[in-house]
Amino acid sequence: MFDVTKIRADFPILNREVNGKPLVYLDNAATSQTPTQVIDVIVDYYQRLNANIHRGVHTLSQEATDAYEGARIKIQKHFNIAKSHEVIMTSGTTHSINLVANGFSTLLRQGDELVVSAMEHHSNIVPWQMLCERTGAILKVIPMNENGELVMDDFHSLLSEKTKLVFCNHVSNALGTVNPIEEIINASHKVGAAVLIDGAQAAPHIKADLQALDIDFYTISAHKVCGPTGVGMLYGKEEWLKKLPPYQGGGEMIAEVTFEKTTYADLPHKFEAGTPNICGGIAFGAAVDYMNSIGFDEIAEYEQELLDYATAELLKIEGLKIYGTAEQKTSVISFNIEHIHPYDIGTILDKLGIAVRTGHHCAQPIMDFYKIPGTVRASFSFYNTKKEVDVLVEGVKRARNMLL
Amino acid sequence: MNIETIQEDIIDEFSMFDDWMQRYEYMIDLGKALPLIEDQYKTDDNIIKGCQSKVWVHAELDDNKLVFTADSDAIITKGIIAILIRTFSNQKPQDIIDANTNFIDEIGLKEHLSPTRANGLVSMIKQLKLYAVAYQTQLN
Repeated sequence: MFDVTKIRADFPILNREVNGKPLVYLDNAATSQTPTQVIDVIVDYYQRLNANIHRGVHTLSQEATDAYEGARIKIQKHFNIAKSHEVIMTSGTTHSINLVANGFSTLLRQGDELVVSAMEHHSNIVPWQMLCERTGAILKVIPMNENGELVMDDFHSLLSEKTKLVFCNHVSNALGTVNPIEEIINASHKVGAAVLIDGAQAAPHIKADLQALDIDFYTISAHKVCGPTGVGMLYGKEEWLKKLPPYQGGGEMIAEVTFEKTTYADLPHKFEAGTPNICGGIAFGAAVDYMNSIGFDEIAEYEQELLDYATAELLKIEGLKIYGTAEQKTSVISFNIEHIHPYDIGTILDKLGIAVRTGHHCAQPIMDFYKIPGTVRASFSFYNTKKEVDVLVEGVKRARNMLL
Repeated sequence: MNIETIQEDIIDEFSMFDDWMQRYEYMIDLGKALPLIEDQYKTDDNIIKGCQSKVWVHAELDDNKLVFTADSDAIITKGIIAILIRTFSNQKPQDIIDANTNFIDEIGLKEHLSPTRANGLVSMIKQLKLYAVAYQTQLN
């Protein structure tokens, strides 16, 4: 039974005050808060387990390794991934994407084409632009419509045998749009292109079955799913991960090193050079457990309720426009009020203890599309309440009165 | 009036307010009243980088004093600019270079002085001082 009061008790930070007001945290798309169940794992790690992994013969090292590898298995099961070595632990989505983009340097030729969606986070644009600069490959863009949905007819006409790689987010960070990734994956595979789906914004809302979706690469960041920052996952199909060269050199990723030649370790270690974020990885596993203990069906249902309520209430405010009105969207509302800069609204809301994001959300092409400098983005999590939506709506009204 | 006296006046004005709401409302009013920069100076070259809102600043020398005009697309930022311009405009470049900006803290806007805050107040002060340095060099 989904009980938001009980859930909120898991998050100590929700009890704090900001600027003398109770915190209303609505910046969950930037980072989620951390429940006691995860904080305890972090504390326990440093109090009881701290050691370097995969190397030591001593007990601590072994226990830390077991905990870290246990986390990998939890993540594997969560996403229904066939083999645990297809889970590469990274520092987060940006790292994951860069790893793949770097690897494709050796697989692309001049004139090959990459297809990207118009609603990507900069982290799913810039690494590919850098790859294009290195290889002479060409970047093509799937356009979006006014509702913030990809124009799928245009997507299909962009595909050809020249297309080597298609990348797109599962959910847009700035708009909340849930993209039709099944269609994207199936069509891309028909022309022989690999597909990378950036799951950073989907992971807190949708439990993706990566085998069923037949995805080639999927990336997420732990801090979006109640885990710590600085750790994340790259899923890659074994065949692809074998094709890609190592990303960073160092310890852990080698089989044998001489000055004449180094041979590389097997997956996943080939891509995990150096001492990883061990504590973060273990806590990532705990975060996945926590999310599953709440239940993704329950989360989706509750967040939809919050989204519908917040959308209806915000739209009652004169001059308020919501950007991103896709039929399928997560609990993210990007908005502006006529004649008011989003930064001003964000500043007043902060004074009222309400945390929202303002600006271009690292997705400038979307802002250019709508010809706006940015938006105010309120993003809701399963621990938010309708009462908090009311506080937001009152806050926005107050800001509007002050600023107009 | 010299910079210090103006700053004391501003501190006096802000001391009348009991809470943040009144301070912000006053700043918003100041922003609305700010004399605008002429369109010809609202160019990309005059935009201060590092702000979430756009800020344009133009400076010219008039009788050995620097005159600033500015604008922003965000009203609170514009209010802050209005305060800065009131302090620094029509002053000698060397006085601008030497001036401190602690009064921002004293009028309860300290949060806007954080270099990590994307409103560009810090970049704005830096830019005003850079203009002063450039014109002082010219005067020398």
